Parts: sequence; structure tokens; C-alpha cells
Amino acid sequence: MAQMNMLQAVNDALMTAMSEDERVMVFGEDVGHFGGVFRATSHLQEKFGRDRVFNTPLVEQGIIGFANGLASQGSIAVAEIQFGDYIFPAFDQIVNESAKWRYRSGGQFSVGSLTIRTPYGGGIAGGLYHSQSPEAYFAHTPGMKIVTPRNPYQAKGLLLAAIRDDNPVLFMEPKRIYRASVGDVPEEDYELPLGKAEVVKEGTDVTLLAWGAQMEIMEKAAVRAEKEGISCEVVDLRSILPWDAETVCASVEKTGRLVVSHEAPQTAGFAAEVAAKVQERCFLYLESPIARVCGLDTPFPLAHEKEYMPDELKVYEAIKRTMNF
Amino acid sequence: MKTRNHLSNVGVVNQVNVIENGLLDIPMLQILAPDGSVLEGAKEPNLDKETALKIFHTMQFIRVLDERMVAAQRQGRISFYLASTGEEAASAASAAALSFDDMIMSQYREQAALAYRGYTTEQFMNQMFSNEKEPNKGRQMPIHYGAKELIFMTISSPLGTQIPQAAGYAYGQKMAGNDALTICYFGEGAASEGDFHAGLNMAAVLNCPTIFFCRNNGYAISTPADEQFKGDGIASRGIGYGIKTIRVDGNDALAIYAATEEARKIALAEKCPVLIEAMSYRLAAHSTSDDPTGYRSKEEEAQWKEKDPIARMANWLVSKGWLDLDTNGKEVEAMRQDVLTELKRVEKVPVCPIDDLVTDVYSEVPWHLEEQLEELKAHIKKYPEHYPKTAGRIK
Repeated sequence: MAQMNMLQAVNDALMTAMSEDERVMVFGEDVGHFGGVFRATSHLQEKFGRDRVFNTPLVEQGIIGFANGLASQGSIAVAEIQFGDYIFPAFDQIVNESAKWRYRSGGQFSVGSLTIRTPYGGGIAGGLYHSQSPEAYFAHTPGMKIVTPRNPYQAKGLLLAAIRDDNPVLFMEPKRIYRASVGDVPEEDYELPLGKAEVVKEGTDVTLLAWGAQMEIMEKAAVRAEKEGISCEVVDLRSILPWDAETVCASVEKTGRLVVSHEAPQTAGFAAEVAAKVQERCFLYLESPIARVCGLDTPFPLAHEKEYMPDELKVYEAIKRTMNF
Repeated sequence: MKTRNHLSNVGVVNQVNVIENGLLDIPMLQILAPDGSVLEGAKEPNLDKETALKIFHTMQFIRVLDERMVAAQRQGRISFYLASTGEEAASAASAAALSFDDMIMSQYREQAALAYRGYTTEQFMNQMFSNEKEPNKGRQMPIHYGAKELIFMTISSPLGTQIPQAAGYAYGQKMAGNDALTICYFGEGAASEGDFHAGLNMAAVLNCPTIFFCRNNGYAISTPADEQFKGDGIASRGIGYGIKTIRVDGNDALAIYAATEEARKIALAEKCPVLIEAMSYRLAAHSTSDDPTGYRSKEEEAQWKEKDPIARMANWLVSKGWLDLDTNGKEVEAMRQDVLTELKRVEKVPVCPIDDLVTDVYSEVPWHLEEQLEELKAHIKKYPEHYPKTAGRIK
């Protein structure tokens, strides 16, 4: 075990994957010698050479187009989009190409060896264009997997699983806790399962569901609620697509209440999908309406970031409303 | 760390220097005159009789197929078709200059390249009738072919997406040490897409052995080239991106063969992309959903019919003593019969069972798709008469 922050864990996963298989290539804007604007790809070029770790021109649609072609050829492509906010020029390549490659060819061809890494999320004074959480756009795209880790241990295990999974994966890294989240990470190779949620803390009164950086908020809100005698079960969804309805519903059947939270705007955010599925499966178990604690339906603000964020207090209030319904 | 000076190759002037005529005069390679004679000063490519006839027969087959399938669409037998009439040489002769190991990533009007690789009449029909024998499982509209065994990537409708992909595929071939490259076909309209610029720039910067083959056929549906871009074509873009570029007469099979052969040699030896711009004309409508009489004149079309690539190559083959027109007439008739027979036979083949609706979305069918499929099957069973294509086969 070693103490690592999330960036080090991501870097360690990339080192592991690249050492193990020479077909793995890592590329994107500034990822080469410089090691990426967050340093997630530090020292990779030194170790594996410029042919396998390289800068690309500044063109997201080109990066993902190139990555699609590279993956379809049989190489293992790990492409970085520098910020989740800048993934949209590549939207067509992801939605119409990566996601549909296998289906449209009847399984003759695929880009299963593609992983797209991108930092996402707010809380860093990034304003409109360095703060967004775009998971819901891609959750509407059959063929993609979407994964996000909550801490360094999860980051390494999930990223290794994503790189080796035989489907294109969008791996969203919570950049607010890139350095803040520190924990024990095994130095050896390990994977954590995709498509599986994890019950982080058991409880009996209410289920709190989130993913990525929002998990930290949920855990804090749970501590606050427990001081008032409310027993919270905290669940990390980990994979947004396909998502683990079974684990979530089992928890809701036990607690009878659900609070879902994400930073992305509320309307048509992924919490809406969760709420729809949970009421469909657990209708007779629900003691109160499913609560959503989300970003407002505005562009991501700067001066009012603190007010915008679905913080611990907002989650805490939602828990109480749910309990007192 | 390397010290770089991005001004090192930039000269200096002391007056405001407006570049008014920056467009290069890029001539196109021509080997055959319209009468099929070899132009003075031109050199015939090293093309043996067998290859030459294979190119020719492929072009003829595609013309027959195109005519027949446009008619089949008019009769309501297939939903859509897209002919390549007048442009057969561009894809057949370029495919002939490739190695079989080279990946072909095409747009949607390169059926001649696919036929040259060995795609059979039956395979064409299976795809167009979206039936269960089709390896793409009937999931895409007619003409979106794909054949792994022929190293021909499945076509997608969005324009130009294959351009940066071809750079990536070729990069992978280079890294794997393959003696093979990727050819990427597209039209002059698609060259306005962002993916074209992204792909060419990436291929140039990352040294990808890719042949970018642009069929400049004068029209993107109804939009003529002069409303698509300034200048005389796409070739200048290649030069702007630092890519070796060849412009060629797209109706001259010999010139296309020679250009592609040279491009392939350069791309593999120097590990770099090459752009070929083939100047041609889309004699066909854009697709069966299009009617060109609304945007161009019969006179214009007639001028281009004179430049028919098939007639031109036929004249050359006859002059070489490699083609007998009477015999060839019978060969073309046999092609027509073959197309007709396969069409009638294949249109009776059923579509894939309903279970294939949810396969290949992921490597394995996830829980939510299993759930949705079961619900759908139960529904179809309840109303089988509404879903005749699949109801009978649900267990």
C-alpha cells in the first residue's frame, strides 16, 4: 500500500496498463512531456516513449476521431480530454461513432479498447467552462459506459478495469478532489468492477446516492444527520451507464427513502433516471418522495458557485424533508 | 529540453505584404485521352492485363448494379440507394493500387472499391435488403457496407467522421509494424466538415501512413463546389497542412492507379499521409431521394457523359488488344442477369430475429437491455399481426 492522491492513482493505473501491454497508448492535449495540465500523465512519456505517449493538436473531435480509429485497429487507446467542458466538439465522434461502432457493424468491428479520460465538476472557481458535469448527455447514449471514482483507491481500480473493458468507456475524474482526496492504494495491479454500485456505509432510514466528488458531500451530510438520530445508507453509484439498479433498489427497499445528488443541473440530470427506475421497482416500499439535490438549471456560475453547489447543508435539508414527509 | 524557434523558417518583408493569389496552380494527372489513347508524354502505369481487366469489369459491374438498384428502389423493393455513376474509376482503380492488407475506410459512394476487394453480388443484396445473412445484421440503411474479412470498415452516415479515424487506424498499423496503411475516401463536400481539418492535421503532425482520397465530384447533394469552398478544389488544403498532395483526373482509371500507387509508396516509406484529389463528376443523383434536374442542366451532364471513365478505359483496353467488345457485351449481360437473380432470391431472406435488436450495443447484453427485450417480446406475442417480420420467430 502507498499513500496516493487521486492524480497519483490515475498516473499509477496508466503506468500499470502501459507496462503490461505495449498496445496501450496515451494521448491528448499537453499529455506528453509536460504530463498534462493536472499532471495525471507525468513521466509516462519518459518511461514509454513519444510514440506511445504524445501530445495531439488542439482539436477534441480529432482526438476522439483518431482514438476511435486507433482502437478499431486493435490498439488500446486512452485519450484525454483536458476538461469535461471541452468534450462537446467530440460529441459526434463519441455519440455517433464510439458508441455505435460495434452495433452498426454487427459486431464485426468495435472500439471496445477505447477509454476517454476527462476531469469534470465544480468547486474550483472554474466558472461556466471549467466546472461542468456532462455525464447525463452521455448516459443517453447506448453503447457507452460511464464511470467515475470517488477516491484514489477507486480511481486506480476502476481506471484499469475501464482500460481493459471491451467497451468504450468515458472515465470522468472529479478534479476538485484530484489532490485533496488521499488514501491507501495498492501498488499492485487490481481492478474494480464496472456497472456495480457500492454501499459505502450501511444504514436503515434513508439511502443517499451519488458518485464521484459528490460522495464526499453525502458522507458529510450523513454524519450531520446521524447526530439527529437518522441512520443513513450511503451508496456510490460508481458506474452511471450501465448503472446498478439492483444495489440501489435493494437499499431503497430497506430504507424506504432516497436522496440522489449531483452537481449537474437538475432537469434531465441522471438523478431523474434513477428516480424513475426506483419508483417503478420500489413503489410500495417508498415512505416519501424521492428527493433530488442538484445544481440549478443555470449555466455553471462563478461568483455564486457556493450557492449553486449541492452542498452538505442542502443534502442535509433534503434528508430531513424526506424523513419528515 | 529542446529549444525551439517557430520563426526560424519565416522570412521578413518591410512592406505590408498581402498575399492575393495564394492559390497554387495544381494540375491534374492525366494519362488517357477521352478516346482511350495514351496522351503524349504520359507514361502508362505498370498495369498487367489481369489487373486492368479486373478494374474494368468492376466498374462495369458497379454501373450495372447501380442502374438495377436505383430501379429496385423506384419499385419500392429497397428503401434507399446511392449510385456512383461516372465515378467508378476513382474507387475501382485506387483500390486496385492498394495491398489487400490496407484498411479501407470509405464514405458511401465507393462500392467499386468494395467490389474490387471481392464483395459478391449476394453480399451487396444481403446488405441492401437488411437481412439476417448480412454481417452488419441489417442495422443500417442500404449501402452502409462493412466487411471485416475484406478489411473494409463499416460505413457510417455522418459525413467526414472517418477522416480522423483513418489517421488513428494508420497510426495503429504503423505502431504494430504492419506493412500496410489506411485509405480514407470522402467527397469534396465532406471536406468542409471539422473532422476533415482535424484528421488531416493530426495525420500530418503524428506521421500517419494514410491516403486521404477525395472524390471531388462537383456537388454535395445540390450544392455546387463554388458554393462549398473558395479556390479550385481540395488539393490546396493538403498542402496547407504540410501533406504531400496529388491531383488526378478522376475519370482516368490509369491516372488514378498511377497516383494511388505512388501515394502508397510514399506513405509507407516516409510514414506520412498523402492527399489525392480526384476530379470527377457525379453523373448520378446524390441518392434516390434527390432529383438533380432542380439544380443543374442537361447540357452540363451531357458534357460529362462524354468523359465517361468506362468508355475511356474500354477504348484503351481495345487498343491494347485486351478487350473484345462483342465478348464484353455478353459479359455485361451476364452481370445484369446475376444482379437480377440475386435480387429476386435475396429479397425473400428474413431479417434477423428480434433478439439481435439488443446484441452488440455492448460486448455483453446488460441487465436493462435484457429487461427491455423481454418486455418487447411479450408485447409482440400479444399483437403478432402488427409485427409480422419477427412475431413468428419468438419462442
